[in-house]
Amino acid sequence: MFSLISSFQMQFMLLFSRQGKLRLQKWYVPLSDKEKKKITRELVQTVLARKPKMCSFLEWRDLKIVYKRYASLYFCCAIEDQDNELITLEIIHRYVELLDKYFGSVCELDIIFNFEKAYFILDEFLLGGEAQETSKKNVLKAIEQADLLQESFDEQLHSVLTTVTDTL
Amino acid sequence: MALKIVKGSIDRMFDKNLQDLVRGIRNHKEDEAKYISTCIDEIKQELKQDNIAVKANAVCKLTYLQMLGYDVSWAAFNIVEVMSSSKFTYKRIGYLAASQCFHESTDVIMLTTNQIRKDLSSPNQYDTGVALTGLSCFVTPDLARDLANDIMTLMSHTKPYIRKKAVLIMYKVFLKYPESLRPAFPRLKEKLEDPDPGVQSAAVNVICELARRNPKNYLSLAPLFFKLMTSSTNNWVLIKIIKLFGALTPLEPRLGKKLIEPLTNLIHRKIHIFSSHKMLCSQSHLIVSLSRIAVLISLSSGMPNHSASIQVMKYLGLLAMSKILKTHPKSVQSHKDLILQCLDDKDESIRLRALDLLYGMVSKKNLMEIVKKLMLHVDKAEGTTYRDELLTKIIDICSQSNYQYITNFEWYISILVELTRLEGTRHGHLIASQMLDVAIRVRAIRVFAVAQMATLLDNAHLLTGNMQRMGICEVLYAAAWICGEFSEHLENPMQTLEAMLRPKVATLPGHIQAVYVQNAAKLFATVLKNQEGNTDSTAAQETSQLMIDRLPLFVQSANLEVQERASCILQLVKYIQKLQQKDVEVAEEVCALFAGELNPVAPKAQKKVPVPEGLDLDAWINEPPSESESEDEQPKAIFAKEEPKHSRPRHTEVDEKELARRREARKQEQANNPFYIKASPSSQKAYQEAPGVEHIPVVQIDLSVPLKVPGLPMSDQYVKLEEERRQKERADKKKKEKKKRKEKRSGRGRKHDSGPESEEDITPAHMVDIVTEEMPENALPSDDDDKDPNDPHKVYDIQGNLQDGSQVVVSVIFENKCDSFLKSMEFNVLDSLNSKLQRPEGSGPHDGLTVPFQLPPGVSNEARFVFTVQSIVMPQKLKGTLTFIVKDSSTHEKLDFKLHFTCTSYLITTPCYSDAFAKLLESGDLKCSSVRLEGVIMPFHHLLARICFHHHFSVVERIDSCASMYSRSIQGHHVCLLVKTSGQTVSIDAKCDEPTLLGNVLDEIKQTFSQC
Repeated sequence: MFSLISSFQMQFMLLFSRQGKLRLQKWYVPLSDKEKKKITRELVQTVLARKPKMCSFLEWRDLKIVYKRYASLYFCCAIEDQDNELITLEIIHRYVELLDKYFGSVCELDIIFNFEKAYFILDEFLLGGEAQETSKKNVLKAIEQADLLQESFDEQLHSVLTTVTDTL
Repeated sequence: MALKIVKGSIDRMFDKNLQDLVRGIRNHKEDEAKYISTCIDEIKQELKQDNIAVKANAVCKLTYLQMLGYDVSWAAFNIVEVMSSSKFTYKRIGYLAASQCFHESTDVIMLTTNQIRKDLSSPNQYDTGVALTGLSCFVTPDLARDLANDIMTLMSHTKPYIRKKAVLIMYKVFLKYPESLRPAFPRLKEKLEDPDPGVQSAAVNVICELARRNPKNYLSLAPLFFKLMTSSTNNWVLIKIIKLFGALTPLEPRLGKKLIEPLTNLIHRKIHIFSSHKMLCSQSHLIVSLSRIAVLISLSSGMPNHSASIQVMKYLGLLAMSKILKTHPKSVQSHKDLILQCLDDKDESIRLRALDLLYGMVSKKNLMEIVKKLMLHVDKAEGTTYRDELLTKIIDICSQSNYQYITNFEWYISILVELTRLEGTRHGHLIASQMLDVAIRVRAIRVFAVAQMATLLDNAHLLTGNMQRMGICEVLYAAAWICGEFSEHLENPMQTLEAMLRPKVATLPGHIQAVYVQNAAKLFATVLKNQEGNTDSTAAQETSQLMIDRLPLFVQSANLEVQERASCILQLVKYIQKLQQKDVEVAEEVCALFAGELNPVAPKAQKKVPVPEGLDLDAWINEPPSESESEDEQPKAIFAKEEPKHSRPRHTEVDEKELARRREARKQEQANNPFYIKASPSSQKAYQEAPGVEHIPVVQIDLSVPLKVPGLPMSDQYVKLEEERRQKERADKKKKEKKKRKEKRSGRGRKHDSGPESEEDITPAHMVDIVTEEMPENALPSDDDDKDPNDPHKVYDIQGNLQDGSQVVVSVIFENKCDSFLKSMEFNVLDSLNSKLQRPEGSGPHDGLTVPFQLPPGVSNEARFVFTVQSIVMPQKLKGTLTFIVKDSSTHEKLDFKLHFTCTSYLITTPCYSDAFAKLLESGDLKCSSVRLEGVIMPFHHLLARICFHHHFSVVERIDSCASMYSRSIQGHHVCLLVKTSGQTVSIDAKCDEPTLLGNVLDEIKQTFSQC
C-alpha cells in the first residue's frame, strides 16, 4: 500500500482505450514506476469491468475514482475522499472539449499520434492537479501561441534545410 | 561546421519520428516487445549524436515508450540535456519528458536547479510556463528550497499567465518546503484580490487546500472569502470557497449561520445542486435540500432507462444522505424504501453507498428482512471487497446498540454460521468475536450455539479447505471455545472431542490450536463425567487413551503456547489414566479443573468494582527493594514514615452495621465527587445481596422470543417463523381488542386511559411511577407526584453535574420496575424562562428528547440531558413528562415528574486556603446573612459533614465548635459560612456576593436539618 502525498484534489489522470491500452497518464503525486504500473493495471481492469450504465464513481483503496467514457476512450481521475466528484467530471469534460477544439472533433488516433500535444493541452489546463485556467479560450490561446513559437522554428529549420539541399 | 549541423539534420530526416514509431508499434502487434527493443537501440544511437534536434526526437519517442510501460530511467541525463536547449520546441519536449519520467529519487534532478532558475526568469513567458508546469510534477524538497524565492517573485509577474501558474505551484513548494509558507503568505493573500480571475481562482485553490490541513490559521480570512463568495460568478471558485467554509465552520459556529443565506441563494440559482452536497454535513440548516436530493434519487430510480448521468445523481444523493444521517437520522429514515431499492442497483458504487445508510435504517421489524436481502447479495457478490463490505455491514447492523434490534438470536447465530461459508473473507475474526459474544451473553442460546459450533468443528475441513490464507479459520477459534466452555450442552461430546483432535488441526494457526488443546481438555472432562456415570470404565479409559494418542502431535508444535498447553494437559491425562487403571473415580475432580462460569464483563465494570475493605491500593505489597544503603539513606526514611499512615488495621470480621456505615461513607464520598457516576440503584441492591463478582454489571440482552426452532438452522426459516409469530400476535391483539370492546359495552369503563388492555393483562406492571426523584444533595421529593406504593416503580435518580457558566448536565437514571419491556421513551420538560432543556438543532421548543435506550424489565440505565440555566440565584422546579410504550400491549404511557434545581446544585465544592478566605472576607464585597438552627442533636463534625455533603461546601478551618466553610457557584459567586454551635443551637453566619443566592442556600441548609 502506498501513501499518496497530497497534491491538489487530483492525484492522477489516466486515458485508456476500451482494450485497456494506456493512451495518456499524468501523475500529480510522486510515485515510483512500479507503483504507477500496478495502480494503472488495477484501475484499468476495474473500470473496464463496469457496465456502461453505471455511475461514474467508484471507491478504490482510499481514493475516489471518477471516470467517464468518451467514444472508445476512458478518462479516469483519482481524487481524495473529501473531494468533489462532480467538479472532477467537469474537469474531464472540459479537457475533452479542449482536445476537441484543438484537434477538430478529436478521435483516439489524434491522441495516439500527437500524444505530446495532448499533454501540452492538459498542462495548460491543469497544474499540479488543479484547474489553472477555467476559460477554454485562454487555454487554447496559450497552446496556439506556444505552437506558433515552435512552428516558426520548425519552418526556419526547414527553409535552411531546403536551401542546403538545393545547393548540394 | 555549418555543414555538419545541416548534415545531422538531414540524417534526422531519415530517422523515425514519433509518428513512425507509433505506426510501427501498431504494425507489429505480434512481436511488439521485439520491435520496441530495436527501437530503443535506435534511440540510444540517436541520443549519442550531438544534434539537439535528433536528441529531442529521441526523447519524445522515449516519453511515449515510458507511457507504454518501458523503463527509460537510463535516459534521464539526456532528458536534462534536451530541457536545457535554448529552443522552445526542444525545451518543451524536454520538460514534458522530465515531468513524465522523473520522480523524487531521480538523482539528475539535482543538476536541473540552475537550468530551471534560468528558464523561470526567461523573457519568453512560454519558457517560464513550461518550466513551471514541469516543476509542478517533479519538485523535490531541494528544488523547492532553492527555487522558492524565484517562484515567489513570479507571483507578481506582469503576465497573469505566469502569475497564476506561480501561485498554484507555490502550494507544491509549501508541501515540500514548509518554511516557505510564512514569507510567501502575504503575497498569496494579496492574490485573492488579483484583477485577473484566473489568478484569483488559483489563490483561492491554494488557500483552500492549505486551510483543509490546518483550518485554524485561516479563520481570519473568512470575511474576505465571504465577500468573494457573494461577489464571484465563477462556479469553480465558488465550489472551492464553499469547500473552504466547510473546513472553517466547525471552528467558528457563527460562520454557519451567516452562510445559510448566501448558500441557499446559490442552491436556488442551481449553480450546482451538488456543490452544496459537501456542505450539507456542516450545514444542518440546509436540510431543506434533502428533500430535493430524495426527489433526485426517486426520479432516477423511477426511470426505466438508467443512463449514467442519472446514476451519478443517485450516487451523490446517497452520499449526501449518509452525511445527513449523522446529524438528522429521522429525516433520512423516511426515505428507507428508496434506499433499500438502491441495494438492488446493478452498480456496486451505489450499493456501497446505500449499505452505509442501512445502519440507520433498521428496526426490529425489518432487520431480518434487510439482512436476508444482504445475504442474497453476499451469495451473488463477485468481488471479495464488496462481499467483505457486506459481511461487516451485516454484523454492524445486527450488533448495533447492544443487539437492540435482534429479536431472535438463533436466527443471528445461523446467519453467522452461514457467513462462515464465504470463501476468502478477511473478517473471520469479526464473525468469531460475534459468536463468542452472543454465546456468552445470551444464556438461552447456548444449547443451540453449541450444537452449531459442534457442526462447524466437525466440518472444519470445509473452512480450511483452501489452506489458511483466509481469515475464516478464525471462526474455529470461537467454535472450539464455545464447545469447550459450554460442553455440558453438547449432544455428542465424544464426537466433538475427536473432531478437535484430528491431525489436520495442526495446520491451523498457533493461537487457534492453543484454544483447541485447552478446550479439548474441557471436553475431556465432560466426556469422562458422562462415561463414569455409565459404570463402563473401559469407555472412559479409551477416551483417556485417545487424548494420550493425539496430544503428542501438539506437544511437538512450533508454537510455544500450543506446546506448553499440550504438554501440561498430556501429563494430566496420563496421571488420570493411571488413576483410572486403579479404578478410581476421577471425573468430578477433573471437572473441578474447569468449574465455574466466566461472566461477560461490561467494559466499564472494572471502575465499578469497589475496593475491598482493608485493601489499600497505594500501599506497597512488598517492600520496594532498598537501594544499597550506603548510597542513600533518604528513601528508606520516607517509607518508614509513610508506613503507619497507609497500613490500616485488618478487619477479619466486620459486622453488618459496620459494613453499612462504610457503604454510606463511600456513597457520600462518591456523591461529593462530581465526576463519579452514581451506580444505579439496582446494581447497588445486587451488591448488598451478593457481594463479590456477582454484582459486576452484566449487560443483559433482550430476549423476547422462544428459542425453539425445529429443523435445520437456515436463517430464512427464522424469517418465516418471525412472520408467523407476528401474525399470531396481531391476531391475539385483535382478539383482545374485541374483548375490550365487549367490556366497554358492559359498562365497565375504566378511569385511566391505559389503551387496549384486556382483563388478563391488566396488571399494575404497566403502571410506572416515580418514587424518588432526587438531586444528589437530597432535594425534597416533589410532593404532588401521584404515588402508589403498591405499584412496581420506576425510579428516577437525578444527578446534576455542573459544567460551565450556564450549562447543567442532569443525569437521569431510569429503572424499569415493572415486568414489561419499555421502549420509545421520550423525555420532555416544560421550559421555564430561566431554564431550558437543550434540544438538538432543528427541533422545536416543545419537542421531547428520545431516550437513547430501551428498558427491559428490572434494568436501569442512565441518560444525560443538558439544560441551559440563565440565573442560578433562585431554585427552579421544572415540570416534565416521560412518555413511553409498554411493549407487550404497545400502549402509550405517560409519567409526570418534576425536576428540582436547588441553588445548592449550582455550587461546586472548591477548596479554599484560610489566608485566601480571610482576604475574601476582608474585601467587603460580600453581603451578610445569618440563620439559626434549633434543636440539632448531632456531633459537630457530623453537622459539618452534612453541610459538605449535601451543600457542596468544604471546610476551610475548624476550631473547636466553630468552623469556616467555603463554596463557589458555577458562575463564580463566593459563598462563605461561619458555623458555630452551642448546645443544640447552631448559628450560621454567611457571606456571599449575591444576596438572593445566599438566602436560598441558607434556606436549603435549614431544610436539610429540619428533616433530621
